[in-house]
Amino acid sequence: MTAKISPRDHDRDGEKLQGEALHFRLEKTWSREPGLWGWLSTTDHKEIGRRYIVTAMIFLALGGLVSLLMRLQLASPESGLISAQRYNELFTMHGTTMMFLFAVPVMEAIAIYILPLMLGTRNIAFPRLNAFSYWAYLSGGILLWAAFLLNIGPDAGWFSYVPLAGPEFSPGKRTDIWAQMVTFTEIAALAVSVEIVATILKLRAPGMTLARMPIFAWAMLVVSLMTIFSMPSVTLASGFLLSDRLVGTHFYNQYEYGDALLWQHLFWFFGHPEVYIIFLPAAGFVSEIVQTFSRRPTFGYTAIVLAIVAIGLLAFGLWVHHMFATGLPRVGYSFYTAASMTVAIPSGIQIFCWIATMWDGRPRFQVPLLYVVGFVITFVLGGLTGVMLASVPLDLQLHDTYFVVAHFHYVLVGGSVFPLLGAVTYWFPKFTGRMMSERLGQATFWLLFGGFQLAFAPMHLSGLMGMPRRVYTYPEGMGWDLTNLLSTIGAFIVALAVLMFVVNALLSMKRGQAAGANPWDAPGLEWATGSPPPVYNFPHIPVVTSRTPLWDNRAKLPVMTGLRVDEREQLLTTVIDARPDLREPSPIPTIWPFVASLALAALFVSSMFTPWAVVIGTPPLAAALVAWFWPKSPDVTPEPVIE
Amino acid sequence: MIARRAFALSLAFLLGGCSGIQSALGRDGRHGEIFGGLFAIFLAVTLFVYLIVIAFLLAGIFRRRGKRQDGLPDEEGESREASLRKGLIGWAAFIALGLSVLTVASFVADRLMAQASGPDPLRIQIVAHQWWWEVRYEDADPSRTFRTANELHLPVGVPVQITLMSNDVIHSFWVPNLAGKQDLIPGRTTQIALHPTREGVYRGQCAEYCGLQHARMALDVTVEPVAAFRTWRTQQLLPAPLPRTPLQQAGLRYVETRECGACHSIVGTRASGQVAPDLTHLASRRTIGAGTYPMSRGHLYAWVADPQSAKPGNRMPHIPLEPDQLHAIVAYLETLR
Repeated sequence: MTAKISPRDHDRDGEKLQGEALHFRLEKTWSREPGLWGWLSTTDHKEIGRRYIVTAMIFLALGGLVSLLMRLQLASPESGLISAQRYNELFTMHGTTMMFLFAVPVMEAIAIYILPLMLGTRNIAFPRLNAFSYWAYLSGGILLWAAFLLNIGPDAGWFSYVPLAGPEFSPGKRTDIWAQMVTFTEIAALAVSVEIVATILKLRAPGMTLARMPIFAWAMLVVSLMTIFSMPSVTLASGFLLSDRLVGTHFYNQYEYGDALLWQHLFWFFGHPEVYIIFLPAAGFVSEIVQTFSRRPTFGYTAIVLAIVAIGLLAFGLWVHHMFATGLPRVGYSFYTAASMTVAIPSGIQIFCWIATMWDGRPRFQVPLLYVVGFVITFVLGGLTGVMLASVPLDLQLHDTYFVVAHFHYVLVGGSVFPLLGAVTYWFPKFTGRMMSERLGQATFWLLFGGFQLAFAPMHLSGLMGMPRRVYTYPEGMGWDLTNLLSTIGAFIVALAVLMFVVNALLSMKRGQAAGANPWDAPGLEWATGSPPPVYNFPHIPVVTSRTPLWDNRAKLPVMTGLRVDEREQLLTTVIDARPDLREPSPIPTIWPFVASLALAALFVSSMFTPWAVVIGTPPLAAALVAWFWPKSPDVTPEPVIE
Repeated sequence: MIARRAFALSLAFLLGGCSGIQSALGRDGRHGEIFGGLFAIFLAVTLFVYLIVIAFLLAGIFRRRGKRQDGLPDEEGESREASLRKGLIGWAAFIALGLSVLTVASFVADRLMAQASGPDPLRIQIVAHQWWWEVRYEDADPSRTFRTANELHLPVGVPVQITLMSNDVIHSFWVPNLAGKQDLIPGRTTQIALHPTREGVYRGQCAEYCGLQHARMALDVTVEPVAAFRTWRTQQLLPAPLPRTPLQQAGLRYVETRECGACHSIVGTRASGQVAPDLTHLASRRTIGAGTYPMSRGHLYAWVADPQSAKPGNRMPHIPLEPDQLHAIVAYLETLR
């Protein structure tokens, strides 16, 4: 094959190409086709990130609605509002939706949108995989919720313990749907994790050494690696479950040398890291927000980063603390007690650093920072009840009671959802070009904070007074009536606050005050481009010389030039020092990831009905993947070696 | 808000003395006493840590920040990087110390609990079913073993060793007033030790989600003086009393000839099914349907006439009975003391 040699060099951004002219050239190169076709085939990380965020928020709303129904049922003892079967479906849907369809994806979603901007690059690594991951995630979500609406929703809990979830005790399709939904979200999460790791390690702006990277990027790097290492465990678990259910294997059948506890080990080996996969991105949000609103670089950058890495490692040594009541050897338990408690050290270090940043800075208590304050108050309390639960004798009483429900809502809502709402408020101007209303935002925060405490603080008492989890009703006279009623009232206040947040977002999108490039006077690179950013992110790729580039280069941000403007091209930099390394083409939009995801969905869904679907469904998927990866025509001109 | 929660938690702790029949704070057994002590230590340490964090947070929020001589806000501020760094190290050391104390306390409590049961315990075997508890009191003499369901009678001050098994899915045995929980896992045998120290009537409940009627899988526990326990045990060893009135006798006939006897057993009659709760001394129990109904004539009628109403999905089918059959069966069941 002989390469065509072009008589001229390609146009690049640089001295000669600036301003409007550069904008038009780059926009032509990076924009997608208009219309539905273009919408389905886009590979723009911002567009996919937005979709991901909106979808995850819809699942948050659905999961929340389900919890309101549960709270209505539990508002009074012996309530006949919801049947046992429906209630079991509701709590299964709540947990599954929140963990698999909201909490993990929403963190990835924000990273997909904001990370390439933070790191100063034009697109995420593997953008087609990114598109594919979104469609796979959406398919999983639709599968679960369509099944629920068709009255074949799962009812074995979000943890699907065997043998209850096995073929004997959960006949029908309910648990198959749960397990296939997990498969979809696994694929989506693994794909995103790979993209994020590659983006962070290879696409950073020149000069952004690892030690200058925003803490959010560190958090996402650790989280993505955790996902890559923990997801295979649940893949295996749900694969075994499906094969037990669909083709009659005996992985979990104790009567055929299988083991029911195998499921728990595999599930929690993923399930425990997962809670840190949900929390650590929030730690990244908090670091970014605290820094910007305290007008001071985050105190203890190195300490926070090391704490994040430490949590990421420790997370893999804790899973047995979900299994203290299963009767494993007691001496082994002591190890997991100690390991679980150890997590409090890096967490405590982070908390100290964030408060210290505020203390030493000049904080502006606008909505995002309010969420951080709410986060500290709530998350620390959840962390401390977590220390209690790490103790075997205490856990044996408190395990599977409402005390645990209170604990993990303090940690997950306080630790992740509060920072998430702060982060959405913080980056909303970047997403939409407009500010969210500060007044409505403050009212929302206080309502949410108060409602949350009212809903979940009494659950500590319900649990201590002996109320187990996952019961559709409880008898009168147990002393649980008042605490449950308070929880229900609180839940509705939380719902009202979330509704206000949504209203605020929708109104502000239309009528909010226009935001400039950097409305908060923040230091990160994502604020160095327009709000919303142009499709190509940066006219010139910025060059970084410190951790807070926009504060340290107020006059003019240094940039590099030389990337092609008529082809999608990105700069690869070295892993540690972020020295310019290579220029790499970025894939153009294509419909094939979408087609591949359709083929995948057809395969997965039909495989619940016949194993032959795996055979019949593979060729279409393979065909779509071949088309997706078809090599580009060799029109690439040999490039002059630069300098 | 914080004060309220702190108050709520300490309130819960204080409530420990006068807790209900199903409370983790009940100090009604040796394990409960150790739990109470350990929980108090944890509560004190964690609340102390929490107060420090909140104090630092409030200080961070409300600290008066310096102004320059000319009254403008101080752009640079006085950085306290070095002192903060020392604070961070101190804080980390403090947490590590606190955690060490708690870990050791937890470990010691765990050992104490393991030793809480004494020699020569009362041996009981429990098999969990969806959604009821099969209880078997063991004895070296096979003629002195007997079965009951959904109830435990325990002598006060005597250690108890319970062997736990499951017939179907994973359940969890939990009588919070007496001890923590222990799962019952199909294919495995697990153990739990109890050591009740206070007489009383308690309630246990399945603590691992086990399907449709997980919420209605309770266990009545009576801790009574040793003499009363012996009387109860002797009573349980007897076969069912013979029915006296014609109505009761008709009831026994229906129980033996209709579907009842296929699943339930009543010692001394031809009803000998083994898949459902033993009914030999049904009327002496406190509840029906694993805690679904209190024991009373009305509830017996309700349960026998339509077991799927109060506890939908339980394994007892609806058996269409004529009114006179229903009257007779309930009259007979009431004699099973």
